[in-house]
Amino acid sequence: MAETLSSAVAGTPNGPQAVPAVAPPRPGAPTVPRVAKPIGRWGWTVVWAVFSVFTLLPVYWLAVVALRRRVDLMGNYTMWPTSLSLENIRAVVTSDTFVRYLSNSVVVASCNAALSTVVAIGAAYALSRFRLPGRDNIFFWLLTNRMAPVAAFLLPVYLLFTRVFTFGDWSLLDTRIGLILLYTVFNVPFAVWMLQGMIDAIPEELDEAAFVDGGGTIRVLWSVILPILKPGLAVTVIFTWIFAWNEFLFASRLTAVEARTIPTALAEYVGVTGTNWGELAALALVTMAPGAVLVGFLQRHIIAGLTAGAVK
Amino acid sequence: MRKRSTGWLLLAPSLVLMVLAGLVPFVYVAWTAFHRWNLNAVTRDAVFNGLDNVRRLVHDERVLDATRTTVLFAVYAVGSQLVIGYGLARLLMRRFPGRQLFRTVHTIPLLVAPIAVGATWRILLVPGLGPLPHYLEQWFGWHVDLGTSGTVAFWSLVLVDLWHWTPFVTLSLLAGLSALPVEPFEAARVDGAPAWRILWHITLPMLKPVLIATAFIRLMDALRLVDEAAMLTKGGPGDSTRFLGLQLVRIVFENNDYGYGGTVSLFALYVTLVISWALYTVTTGIKRQRAHGG
Repeated sequence: MAETLSSAVAGTPNGPQAVPAVAPPRPGAPTVPRVAKPIGRWGWTVVWAVFSVFTLLPVYWLAVVALRRRVDLMGNYTMWPTSLSLENIRAVVTSDTFVRYLSNSVVVASCNAALSTVVAIGAAYALSRFRLPGRDNIFFWLLTNRMAPVAAFLLPVYLLFTRVFTFGDWSLLDTRIGLILLYTVFNVPFAVWMLQGMIDAIPEELDEAAFVDGGGTIRVLWSVILPILKPGLAVTVIFTWIFAWNEFLFASRLTAVEARTIPTALAEYVGVTGTNWGELAALALVTMAPGAVLVGFLQRHIIAGLTAGAVK
Repeated sequence: MRKRSTGWLLLAPSLVLMVLAGLVPFVYVAWTAFHRWNLNAVTRDAVFNGLDNVRRLVHDERVLDATRTTVLFAVYAVGSQLVIGYGLARLLMRRFPGRQLFRTVHTIPLLVAPIAVGATWRILLVPGLGPLPHYLEQWFGWHVDLGTSGTVAFWSLVLVDLWHWTPFVTLSLLAGLSALPVEPFEAARVDGAPAWRILWHITLPMLKPVLIATAFIRLMDALRLVDEAAMLTKGGPGDSTRFLGLQLVRIVFENNDYGYGGTVSLFALYVTLVISWALYTVTTGIKRQRAHGG
């Protein structure tokens, strides 16, 4: 690993300039990608292969540990699978709490993604098309909520959940609805940011034509904007879903038993009585699966998605 | 014509949610920050105490140390990500066998849950189970134990952050590089300018907006990192990886000190705000240009 890193570092400053571009640049040609010497080309492949090993090795080792027999785990540093067994995965999946945690995670992430995206459609359309006074400030304020440190909001949200938003004995603490509402604090700004950019790209003449035909705002939104926006909506829903699924800090302190989610279960495993590493690995695989799999669908949008909140 | 009232109506649900989940907590925490309110104390009710908490904060070694650790971590992690990410982005500008595949592999960590990243690296690094300390000991004689060495724990977290977020820097800078015009580079090459001069005088200045935006996003994220550290080191050994967020959790949930916790929360927001404000000021020029373009 150390060599992997240092070679990547060492390759960086000189790397790109070390090989002179052989072909004279064609006038007006697009900048990407330039053709290099055949040997140089394979050289870059090697550099990247090394870096890819660095990326994949931790996940690979996680899978090896998850699939190893329990007796075979400690002190066994062999990198290839020395035993294949489903006992860890079975133990995780059949535990009493797993189904509850999983359904909580799925329900919270799905409801929050739906809620955030739906309210954000209206907000994004309003911010894009209506000349509202102070709309830049509203937009900026929305985004600061996304960039703020979660830990700083933990105390007030905990107090609000336990002392303010309560009705008799009922409080928001340890409820799924609490998490669903709370996660809008980072997902609504994100969704507004994503969707506003996409709505800005739709020519305003389209809605204008629909207005002339006598449509109301809702009708225009529904029959003109939404059909064009469909792919963008899908991307937004997937992103918000993953952010909600991944969230740990709020969930760990604002749930106790009933509403606990998968990430909190992961932290519980590193427990007082010693860690069951095989099961921890299995559960970590479950936790990272949605993000690692869905990232494939988001390839083209990943940078737009992750820069939300800073570039505009 | 579009009526403003319709616009506000469309905006209202988002605003209501954001006021409830964002603004109300902020006002509440600002209120607690100026009160003595500790559930472990004799009087458990909140009592207004002016600036006492702030006075306590400026002498609180633990919070100041945590702040220093957090900022150092952010600077080291983001700095190395920018250098490595830039190099990798330049490589991706070339055509070589497997380019597309590597690019795809590179994006895998980006959306993985931070808590799972922490768990993964713990399994890789924990002595007795993880192969990394074992082989480093066997091959180089290095004794690497993140449970006993603060230095190892701190740099392990930098390495983890490098693993998790370098791809973001790579892809972001790649997008920036791809958008640059060709002509200045051709002209410089025709004039026989050496590569490092092209890099220093043309590429980096032209890439500046993207570089700043990328650094900004990464800094914000690194400054508020909690999950990975909670999983990998739990702030230890000692306080060597006790980031501000972790210290905050300890004050609020272990010491039950809500008043002082509020002050430290505001302080954490303040630290983030100062850094983001500085970067925002630098990038304002770019923002204006974009606004007029669109």
